[in-house]
Amino acid sequence: MGKLVPGYGARRKTRSVFLSLAERHVTSVLAVWVDTIRVLFAVAALLSFSIDTARSQEPAVPAPPAATALATPDALVAELPNADFDRKGEVAEALASSGHPRAGQVINALVSGTLNGTTDGRVVIEAGDATKTYTEAMTGTPVMGLAEDQLTRIGVNNRLRRVLRGLYARLTLMSPDAGIRRQSAAAAFTARDPDTLPAIEEAIAKETVPAVQNALAIARAAIILQDAAAPEFDRVAAIEILKARGDQDSMSLLLGLRDAESPAVRQAASDAAAAIEAELSYWRALQNVYYGLSLGSVLLLAAIGLAITFGVMGVINMAHGEMMMLGAYTTYVVQQILISSAPGLMEWSLLIAIPSAFLVAAAAGVAIERGIIRFLYGRPLETLLATWGLSLVIQQGVRTIFGPTNKAVITPGWMSGSFDAGHLQITYSRLAIIVFSLIVFSLLIVFLKRTYSGMQMRAVTQNRRMASAMGVRTNWVDAFTFALGSGVAGIAGVALSQIDNVSPNLGQTYIIDSFMVVVFGGVGYLWGTLVGAMTLGVANKFLEPYAGAVVGKILILVFIILFIQRRPRGMFALKGRAVEA
Amino acid sequence: MKLRNLALAGSAMLMWVSAAYGAEGTIKIGVLHSLSGTMAISETTLKDAMLMLIDEQNKKGGLLGKQLEAVVVDPASDWPLFAEKMRELISVHKVAAIFGCWTSVSRKSVLPVVEELNGILFYPVQYEGEESSRNVFYTGAAPNQQAIPAVDYLMAQEKVQRWVLAGTDYVYPRTTNRILEAYLKAKGAKAEDIMINYTPFGHSDWQSIISEIKTFGSAGKKTAVVSTINGDANVPFYKELAAQGVKAEDIPVVAFSVGEEELAGVDTKPLVGHLAAWNYFQSVSAPSNAAFIRQWQAYTKNTKRVTNDPMEAHYIGFNMWVKAVEKAKTLDTNAVIDALPGIEAPNLSGGVSKMLPNHHITKPVLIGEVQADGQFDVVYRTNGLVPGDAWSDYLPTSADLNADWTKPISCGNYNVKTKVCLGAKAMH
Repeated sequence: MGKLVPGYGARRKTRSVFLSLAERHVTSVLAVWVDTIRVLFAVAALLSFSIDTARSQEPAVPAPPAATALATPDALVAELPNADFDRKGEVAEALASSGHPRAGQVINALVSGTLNGTTDGRVVIEAGDATKTYTEAMTGTPVMGLAEDQLTRIGVNNRLRRVLRGLYARLTLMSPDAGIRRQSAAAAFTARDPDTLPAIEEAIAKETVPAVQNALAIARAAIILQDAAAPEFDRVAAIEILKARGDQDSMSLLLGLRDAESPAVRQAASDAAAAIEAELSYWRALQNVYYGLSLGSVLLLAAIGLAITFGVMGVINMAHGEMMMLGAYTTYVVQQILISSAPGLMEWSLLIAIPSAFLVAAAAGVAIERGIIRFLYGRPLETLLATWGLSLVIQQGVRTIFGPTNKAVITPGWMSGSFDAGHLQITYSRLAIIVFSLIVFSLLIVFLKRTYSGMQMRAVTQNRRMASAMGVRTNWVDAFTFALGSGVAGIAGVALSQIDNVSPNLGQTYIIDSFMVVVFGGVGYLWGTLVGAMTLGVANKFLEPYAGAVVGKILILVFIILFIQRRPRGMFALKGRAVEA
Repeated sequence: MKLRNLALAGSAMLMWVSAAYGAEGTIKIGVLHSLSGTMAISETTLKDAMLMLIDEQNKKGGLLGKQLEAVVVDPASDWPLFAEKMRELISVHKVAAIFGCWTSVSRKSVLPVVEELNGILFYPVQYEGEESSRNVFYTGAAPNQQAIPAVDYLMAQEKVQRWVLAGTDYVYPRTTNRILEAYLKAKGAKAEDIMINYTPFGHSDWQSIISEIKTFGSAGKKTAVVSTINGDANVPFYKELAAQGVKAEDIPVVAFSVGEEELAGVDTKPLVGHLAAWNYFQSVSAPSNAAFIRQWQAYTKNTKRVTNDPMEAHYIGFNMWVKAVEKAKTLDTNAVIDALPGIEAPNLSGGVSKMLPNHHITKPVLIGEVQADGQFDVVYRTNGLVPGDAWSDYLPTSADLNADWTKPISCGNYNVKTKVCLGAKAMH
């Protein structure tokens, strides 16, 4: 391994400068902007070192170590289909240092599983798309007429994948695309391969984009930290850089230095880790709030339809969860239709699924209300039993039609992945659900408060006979209200299909939680449902780390039971004559 | 007491009747898998697999000159109902053997019934061990055939030093984790390097738990997650893993209850490299496996239907039962139970499994990595077959116990040190 770490001597003369910089920010107050400055200092310091490095090292750089000088790159690659994982690693290493122009492509194909061995001993790369076209690995010439049974994918395991990513990063550090360079720097940070160090130092010297330079500096620091033979001063400087980065990966690296030989390194590392931990603990609390709001928004979506059927109409509908399940299955069906008829619309499949799910679930709602529930008004126990039986019928019906296995609902590209806000990791799908639940909620409030139909619904709920006397067709309003509640549950199903199983049991998971939210928030009061859902979500997420998921859930239930004892009508109770009616 | 005698006499008479009846009609085989409720997702497939196996055997001319007939009942994922349906299968339908159950709690529920009525149950799913019954044949993996080799692999190949044991809150994960914790500590892991986490059935919000795992994993030591999460909770778990970007290269997750079937609802591209330990994968290259997959896809008329480990267990179990009946030349329960130990039947990974005196079988242990197409790539397999061990050697309460149902011991919990059989009370 590369014990030769160039540039240590050149860096020593700037030591005093660096120490004074370090002192300056140690004495400064702890505030957010200090960190930014710290990063700038660190980068600036490193920049000056690396320019030195590059100058002093120029003649030595172009001679990469030749690990397997005997075998040609082509012979090495031909070995791959039959090599074991260790040998594959050696081959890739030799290939990376061979300087062969196709080395990067071959290593990338190997790590992404598109490198195949053929029955006649060739090695080909499969095109990343579904076209099933192949090119010769070492020449890039297209290969025609390969059938799938002539190919065997060349497998890799996790350990090898890590090594390969590091090698690929080393080869792409000089890529003309700044985005790729940044990815490579990040990959080099994870791989921490000491042999990549010269390449990184060269790249730092030539880099012009500050963000990439920062990423490279961090990767360099991570590698130096791993090297026990590196000078103490250098390692301490590296610790400072990681401290400035201040995330969980850096902390992991710093904690790994607990057993370092040098007391100065050990001390600096544990100080830095403590500083990061102190800051991260704030972020973690913030993250918990976010998780709580995200769980709360799911609860809100699940409960909001119930808040109408149960809260406004007073119907205990145990088949409410199945309406969500129907919504989720509608999403699946819409996607299947789109795949076969209009693949271009797949990105917008969810937007198409929302009205479809609303209509399907609302239609089911009307059928349930007209067919069963209207005969049972005023008999809550019978309603409960009838709708519970109905929920089993719907579940088994869906199971018979679609089969018992989970259906794969595709997450559109714009909803997958995550972004970092500070040290907060926010996943797009969850963020979309939070926003979506709030939109649905506001639309519903506006509908109930500002439209004529909404007014009729409220009138019937508050005083059925008076409304009837005023000419409102109460039984049609009942059917309409039930359809609205069910339709909203269908919409919730679209959202749930993105985070949960699309299986016949989908609804069962949420029915208890939905009732809990509505009862806790206050029956008949939509704002109560919002506050109730968010409160329960956040409380759940704060309890979970301490009590565990099982006990956490029990504690929440116990809390609600006690709460209902004190306030039987929930957080926000309706007042006035309407309650008595 | 009188009632009990009456019941015994009654069941004895029923059995006599069944033997007489069986002489001219068909041979009935009970299939006890949930076709509705939470477990239907996993168990329906096993029902279909059993029907296919019985169908195949009939095409080959049946058994003892008679045709086989499947009696399918639906215990609806309701554990007490499993016991009732088991009673119905043995007492009313007079089945010769039962193939069924998935969750450990359903097995525990039928255990007293199958022992009382002296039936034969083939149980096809990996389980926690610490149990032995004369009437049950365990064709799934015992902990030493799945959990322990998986942990060994992570220690040797990935140099893992820090462990998250995450599971669903019921008997299988709890017992398995107890065994694993004892094993890891015996291998030198410190208590602070083991985190144990339980979640309820069907848990769907994994955000904070996965973020907790990430925090636990950033303590400067290589960390892995050993997952005994079961059933429906897996899809949201893997979706959240992908969403939060937990890569297999950083924190690998090795699962014991996730197979091809469970991954059917997930986009596996972000999950490439996460692991599963089983005794069979659909991707295993063996001629017998290729034939089985063809047969299965033809039978279900679906070229995308996947095969999985418990299906293979039923395949082995069914063939063992057929051979044992042919060897005993009778359907008499006691004769078949005595004939089964020592019977060999091919498994689908190219080897031959053997029924052991402790009613477990020998199996290879395979470790696979998830691929982008939802299949597993085998990255490790044990040299030869591993014999199943009913009583774990790593728990102080069971280290000295051994199950041996052959004469002269004929005991499910024989203490090899004191040479005493603890007897039925301590059996399960």
